[in-house]
Amino acid sequence: MMLAHVIRKFNLLVLTLIVLSAFSFSLVYLFPGDPIVNLTGQRNISQAHYDALIQMHGFDKSYFHQYWYYMTNLFDGDWGYSFSSGLPLWQEITQTFPASIELSSYALVLSLLIGVPLGFLAGFQHHKPADFGLLAASVIGYSTPIFWLALILILVFSLQLGWLPLSGRINLLFDIPHQTGFILIDIFLSDSLYKSAAAKSALQHLIMPTLTLTIVTAAIIFRLTRRSLIDVMSSQYIQTAYTRGLSNFQVVMRHGVRNALLPIVPLFGMQFAVLLTNAMIIEVVFSWPGIGNWLIQAINQRDYPAIRAGMLAVSTLVIIVTVSTELLAKLINPELVGKIHGKS
Amino acid sequence: MANLNMYQEEFHPSPLVHTWLEFRKSHIAVLGLWVLAFFISMVIFGPLIAPFDPLMQNPNAFLIEPAWDANGSIRHVFGTDSIGRDLLSRLIYGCRMTLGLSILLVFLSMLVGVAIGAIAGMSRGVRSSILNHLLDSIMAVPTLLIAIVIVGILGVGLVNSMWAISLALIPQFVHNTREVVRAEMQKEYVLASQLDGARRFHLFFYCILPNMYEMLVVQCTMALSVAILDVTALGFLGLGAQPPSPELGTMLSEGLKVAYKSPWSIALPGSAIFLMVLSINVVGDGLRSALRNRLSH
Repeated sequence: MMLAHVIRKFNLLVLTLIVLSAFSFSLVYLFPGDPIVNLTGQRNISQAHYDALIQMHGFDKSYFHQYWYYMTNLFDGDWGYSFSSGLPLWQEITQTFPASIELSSYALVLSLLIGVPLGFLAGFQHHKPADFGLLAASVIGYSTPIFWLALILILVFSLQLGWLPLSGRINLLFDIPHQTGFILIDIFLSDSLYKSAAAKSALQHLIMPTLTLTIVTAAIIFRLTRRSLIDVMSSQYIQTAYTRGLSNFQVVMRHGVRNALLPIVPLFGMQFAVLLTNAMIIEVVFSWPGIGNWLIQAINQRDYPAIRAGMLAVSTLVIIVTVSTELLAKLINPELVGKIHGKS
Repeated sequence: MANLNMYQEEFHPSPLVHTWLEFRKSHIAVLGLWVLAFFISMVIFGPLIAPFDPLMQNPNAFLIEPAWDANGSIRHVFGTDSIGRDLLSRLIYGCRMTLGLSILLVFLSMLVGVAIGAIAGMSRGVRSSILNHLLDSIMAVPTLLIAIVIVGILGVGLVNSMWAISLALIPQFVHNTREVVRAEMQKEYVLASQLDGARRFHLFFYCILPNMYEMLVVQCTMALSVAILDVTALGFLGLGAQPPSPELGTMLSEGLKVAYKSPWSIALPGSAIFLMVLSINVVGDGLRSALRNRLSH
């Protein structure tokens, strides 16, 4: 039953990824301009070179052939070239994407550390002042437009108080070679003489973007946790536990927390897409060299190969993360498996 | 009025009235409703209230401070922007544009989403499976990405960004409609209608749809707050409405250029978006807990 379910999910994942890659291939034709130029990103080339490209990518054959060549190239790491920089797209994406993932993962960890305990606290204090206060704060948190929040933080902490750097990822004086793409790990791996100074600079640059993302994400996670705990605490096995004479603390720790966490794990997976979108938006505000900033620049410069490649990379990651958290949720809570197929 | 209970008569409100009575118990939710009503009245009567044309540039009044500032004038209550346009008028038109568009988008997505969801919920087998899985995968793709792709194909513009946002809103409606329709189809009153010979069309519109209204209203408030945040974010990033049109997100990114000199050109449009989304979320929360209370009684 479980194994069948895993295989089924895996099939779905593969199928979705094939649909996505087919869609990204069709973008070659949908974007304005010559399809072969949109595919390879090589402009202003000689006629002979152009003919060679058509041969190489199978553009003289059927669509199916073209898609086949497209896929083999994708797996070989040949994603085409950017119009604006002329660099291979695969290289550009492997440089910018980790920056976004780094930002989002720090924010996610922080939001979980803040949102989940506060959610439990508010859930225990249901309809008491602490609950109302936290709930009000969370509504304010997730109603705030994220780009505006980022602007306010910049105005206050960079321009007025001058505590934190305005934009970027690290002070430009430091020359950290690109290895993993995660700045803190790169600094750790580098053999620079000024490791601690570089790390301090990187952390200072990280504070504001991470804080902006955390405020919004923690508010959502808080609400999910609180609602889940309130639902669990009103269920019958909690009443039973109380009648058996367990103390408040014991009931909550043994029955409340675990059962409240189970249903919200898949919801956290869905939050990843929201988190990444928010990260992409505030990257523009903070000039963070991530994939969002890169994509917005690509659209402003009509860099069609870059848009196609970026879209494929981001959506692939989002779907893999979503499906695997869903699967993880089912592995720890097999009760969900039946529900999906409507056999309740 | 219920205090003076002279007769032994029980008061049985209809479900809708009951929800409203529960909703009214929460003062914050009612306050949110008033704020939302204020913004909606701006959408409807905006052109009548606004003192100036939002696009009119006044060369004698660049960057005037708001009226509460020492240098401000009462002529321009919220001051003017860098090319002398009255900020109050721009805000009023901005609310009209942002909120009006979002309401329109939510309404459109709701129609499409409920239609697809109803088909998916009432059909079985391959068709249902394809609909469900396809939509679940679209739901995971971020709105911003859809918007970037659509803008890449069709070019920058307000209408093109609207396509992206409504595409992103539809799956949520489909998902919820599908769940409700599936749950209702199992119930006996539907079976009774089926035995009476009702067809699927009749079944949906006369039996299931009336039971969905409340879910739809709650879903709409959630979609509306998402839509406003998306419209303004795309406007801010330069993918949606283009300057000089008075869209709140676009106004924010324009205000950015003079932020050091006139912080209010960032503060005012931002607070307008914030208040709008806040009031919608408060109303949505109030509705949800009202429904929960009603169903638990």
